[in-house]
Amino acid sequence: MALSAQLINVFAALMLLVAFAMLAQRRVRSLIDLFACQGALLAANCAIVAWNTGLSHLYISAFITLILKVLVLPYILFRLITRLNLKSDVETLIKIPTTMLIGIMLVVFAFNLAIPISQLAGTVTRGTLGIAIAVVLLSFLMMITRRKAVPQVIGFLAMENGLFFAATSATYGMPMVVELGILLDVLVGVLILGIFFFQVREAFDSLDLKHMEKLKESDG
Amino acid sequence: MSTIPFILGTPLAGAAILFFYGDRFVAARINALVSFATLVGAVMLAVRVIDGGAFVSESGNFFVDSLSVFLVVLTAFVAFTTTLFSRPYMLNEQAHGRVTARRMRLYHGMYQIFTFTMLLVLLTNNIGILWVAMEAATLTTVLLVSLYRTPASIEAAWKYFILCGVGIAQALFGTILLYLASEKVLGAGGGALLWTQLDQVKGGLEPTVLSIAFVFLIVGYGTKVGLVPLHNWLPDAHAEGPTPISAVLSGLLLNIALYAVVRCKVLVDGALGTPFAGNLMMGFGLLSVVIAAFFLSRQRDIKRMFAYSSIEHMGLATFAFGMGGPVATFAALLHMTVHSLTKSALFFTVGHAAQKTGTQVMDNIRGLVDTNPAIGWGMMLGTLAILGMPPFGVFASEFLIITTAMSEHAWAAPILLIALAVAFASMFKRVQGMVFGETTAKRLPHSPALIPVFLHLAIVLMLGIYIPPYLAEWYRQAARLIG
Repeated sequence: MALSAQLINVFAALMLLVAFAMLAQRRVRSLIDLFACQGALLAANCAIVAWNTGLSHLYISAFITLILKVLVLPYILFRLITRLNLKSDVETLIKIPTTMLIGIMLVVFAFNLAIPISQLAGTVTRGTLGIAIAVVLLSFLMMITRRKAVPQVIGFLAMENGLFFAATSATYGMPMVVELGILLDVLVGVLILGIFFFQVREAFDSLDLKHMEKLKESDG
Repeated sequence: MSTIPFILGTPLAGAAILFFYGDRFVAARINALVSFATLVGAVMLAVRVIDGGAFVSESGNFFVDSLSVFLVVLTAFVAFTTTLFSRPYMLNEQAHGRVTARRMRLYHGMYQIFTFTMLLVLLTNNIGILWVAMEAATLTTVLLVSLYRTPASIEAAWKYFILCGVGIAQALFGTILLYLASEKVLGAGGGALLWTQLDQVKGGLEPTVLSIAFVFLIVGYGTKVGLVPLHNWLPDAHAEGPTPISAVLSGLLLNIALYAVVRCKVLVDGALGTPFAGNLMMGFGLLSVVIAAFFLSRQRDIKRMFAYSSIEHMGLATFAFGMGGPVATFAALLHMTVHSLTKSALFFTVGHAAQKTGTQVMDNIRGLVDTNPAIGWGMMLGTLAILGMPPFGVFASEFLIITTAMSEHAWAAPILLIALAVAFASMFKRVQGMVFGETTAKRLPHSPALIPVFLHLAIVLMLGIYIPPYLAEWYRQAARLIG
């Protein structure tokens, strides 16, 4: 029991670390690696919780997470950046020290928000709820600070990872049918975005969102 | 055959056909036929609910009560009339070379899937599936907003996807928290997310967790309702997409999202016993009405202007739901109905007007009554209706909302009245210029479908003068349910 609880905490801490690493990573390719890494941690964490609690549906969740978030989604993203010639793309505009400081403040906020919620949760994993909320907020911050399309989408997917982690921490996962529905949405979303990226590039000749400043209120 | 699988299956089957044959000349007719079949199913369902009351079916996974069934009929109806409008509109777009055959297939197929997701939101009993369907509704419309592949439309679609995606992620966290609270009472498993079960035990749910959950839920679903300050995607998505999509986004999707908020509010109210959720909704609603009214006057693009008008009206409905009580809730439901009908009718006229003049810039649209009196007068009457002129239905609902506000929250009434006056002044002036004056319009290869416009306006007019007793009873039942 104690071992698995400690392992859960270790994986949760690693999740937070990866979230910070994603915040600071300028290279698109490394971002995808980090995203796959986050997925792997998520699946491992889910499997350990399943082992600890003996809930068999969590094994299925862990397995689907492994397939979808470690293999399928990173593969699709990798194919996309290959076909769009973005492999060596680097985001230069972000100010890493400032972002990191804001990130630390978000973590403090997340831990405070988690206190009343985790008091109610009776799960062995409830201590990690704060980290889960922190991962959601950090991914959100990443989406705000990025000016390019692919990193924004990775931020979006990382946020979904954080939510999945929150569901595991607080309640041992949502009911199976809902979880499958959410994963289906994520998969369809990524496929639609894949089509969409090509449209964006056709229209703007790049995936840099700084070209997208036409729809402003002033000339609306 | 049972009705609910029929209602949900028809659009899905239609989508499967239209993804392959959506570029044929008959495709628009198939589209209309499928939507009509869905409408027939919806009416049958409504008859069943009126006769036998609310019921749960398919082993608890679907749930219909007076609140959801009235929105099911409204959704199916507007989805059907929009297909009638869409036929000549999209044929004209094709003739102008703005859409290719491939995009027509995408358009028709996605239109039906979009209808399916909205109906699923309304019919499901599981608030987790409700979230999944809501997210799917965003995903299906992203590629529709960018259908023209212009830089502006792609930017609008990107904004729509990112903002609604982030917003709806907040709603997922809210749903997780709701599950956390309900699992304590109902035990783990699928049953703990079924609305009917939650409704029975709502008094025993942990209040602190539910109030945190509601904040996330209203921010999440509120993004899709277009509540200020989460509304940024809405004017862009409405202005840049094809007009039939603007009509269904404005007339239906916003309603559906508000429905989700209201469902959650019922649970939170039951658990808290305080007006916390209502106050939050009133705050968001009032802010939306005021900000949208002032932004209205600054718009140059006709579809953006009507999009801001939608924000204003959804704000008003949210405010009324927030006030609560039988009269305000009745008014909010009526307001959702008449806004949905009027705004889609307006978008129908706007679509043809923009096609005739080749622009969406209001300064360049002139003299619509000269070339096509029906479009011109349709737009004029629709504008008068949406601005709340008697005897249209919007007047009735706004009157009820404002009088209730006067007696219960007197401070809010003058703010609402000023906002409505500002909206009136700026919109009326703009539309008057477009309808009368020297014409700039030209003839179109396919003549517009005007039956839906006047059908909608006639219903709105009727609802302003006379609400049939069974409909009034229906609203009252739903209002009792929401409390």
